[in-house]
Amino acid sequence: MSDELKAAVAAGVVGSEESFQALLQSVVEVARAIFGAKASSIFLLDEEADELVFEAVAGEGAETLVGKRFPSSTGVAGWVLVTRQSLVIEDVSQDPRFSKDVAESTGFVPKGLMAVPLLHDEQVLGVLEVLDRPARSQFSLVEMDVLGLFANQAAIALDLLRRARKAEKVLAESGEGSDVVARLATTVDGLQDEQREAGLKLLEALDEVLKRNEGGY
Amino acid sequence: MEPVPVLPSQMSREWAFGSLGGAGVRVAVVDSGIERGHPVVGEVQQAVAVADDGERVIEDDEGDLCGHGTACAGIIRSIAPQCELVSVRVLGAGYTGSGPALLRGLQWAVEEGCDVINMSLSTTKSKFAETLHELADRAYFQRTNIVASAHNMPVESYPWRFSSVISVGSHEEADPLTYYYNPDSPVEFFARGVDVEVAWSGGATIRCTGNSFATPHMSGLCALILGKYPDMTPFQLKSVLHLVSSNVGGGR
Repeated sequence: MSDELKAAVAAGVVGSEESFQALLQSVVEVARAIFGAKASSIFLLDEEADELVFEAVAGEGAETLVGKRFPSSTGVAGWVLVTRQSLVIEDVSQDPRFSKDVAESTGFVPKGLMAVPLLHDEQVLGVLEVLDRPARSQFSLVEMDVLGLFANQAAIALDLLRRARKAEKVLAESGEGSDVVARLATTVDGLQDEQREAGLKLLEALDEVLKRNEGGY
Repeated sequence: MEPVPVLPSQMSREWAFGSLGGAGVRVAVVDSGIERGHPVVGEVQQAVAVADDGERVIEDDEGDLCGHGTACAGIIRSIAPQCELVSVRVLGAGYTGSGPALLRGLQWAVEEGCDVINMSLSTTKSKFAETLHELADRAYFQRTNIVASAHNMPVESYPWRFSSVISVGSHEEADPLTYYYNPDSPVEFFARGVDVEVAWSGGATIRCTGNSFATPHMSGLCALILGKYPDMTPFQLKSVLHLVSSNVGGGR
């Protein structure tokens, strides 16, 4: 990769992870609000480790669950991931094994859950779950469609997040400091007018000093 | 030529389903396993699993790793109480091995000559599509009926899109025997899939929603028809399902 290209990639990537994570967080917050649910979460599939990872959580468990992992093909989330089929379960707490597993990993046992696969092109990237929406006499297929729409949005955000992470990893491994330069540029770009002007002056001065050194002073 | 039943020009549900309860029909549930001894499911005649190497199919005593396979088996049994159930577990070896395991499990059930194969699952990987398609056609030609869950999300997935399988989506009504023929392909039938009371692992009974629960309703109906007419071809079976569906001539 040429230096210019590396710098351009770095500028595009740095800071984007935070934005995509914020987007995922917003998806689970909105899903939770729309369904009037107790919690909502997005799991990302980590293919290398063959595990599902809590990537964003709204409501119950929001402070403690992000980053927690579990095996990718057991339980309801695992079934949804592997089979690509959406599922709504109303009284899952009656399954003693489910209750035990979930309580151990989350400290919160939901009564009901809706789970939908996050599909992007032909890949399955993870699972979106909505936990404990208020009990109603009859579930409707319209709700299933709404969940599908959220899932589509979440899948796009998850795809962007994965790409950003991959690019950041490549840059970090190239080890030539382009990520530091890009980070600096992003920081200065995000400053308010006066601060930004001062920051740019400082960088210009630094540039001059470095150029002089390059010239043999 | 193998024997084939002659279909009458007028058909009723009584003619189609009869009262034999699917006796003698072997129904494979390709899923997460089936819990042994669950009161709703009853006896499971055979249980196998795809081994970790993705090749061998071995006897399975793991039961159900999720609850879903047990749910499907319970639905099939509630409609066709006399049918034989075969659990083909393709889940549990991790996500990475799941595609090949699914193919191998389906292949095993086809080679075994099961009469009905319930597949409440799908794959989006195009590299598996060709093999799945060949398997689905092979099943169709040897009189093995694959009943597969449709997707209600805008994605390409298989095997439900193949015309050689019976594809199933959900309707919202509570009657387990009400099902609709859908002339707007690719989904062919809508069966009960909302708020269904199902068997679940741990001896539990819970309420579930999803196309994956509509599918075993159709598998159960297929078992009823094949119990009465074991020589029926998949083409005839689909025709009968169409003719006695609730919106055509079945009246419920």
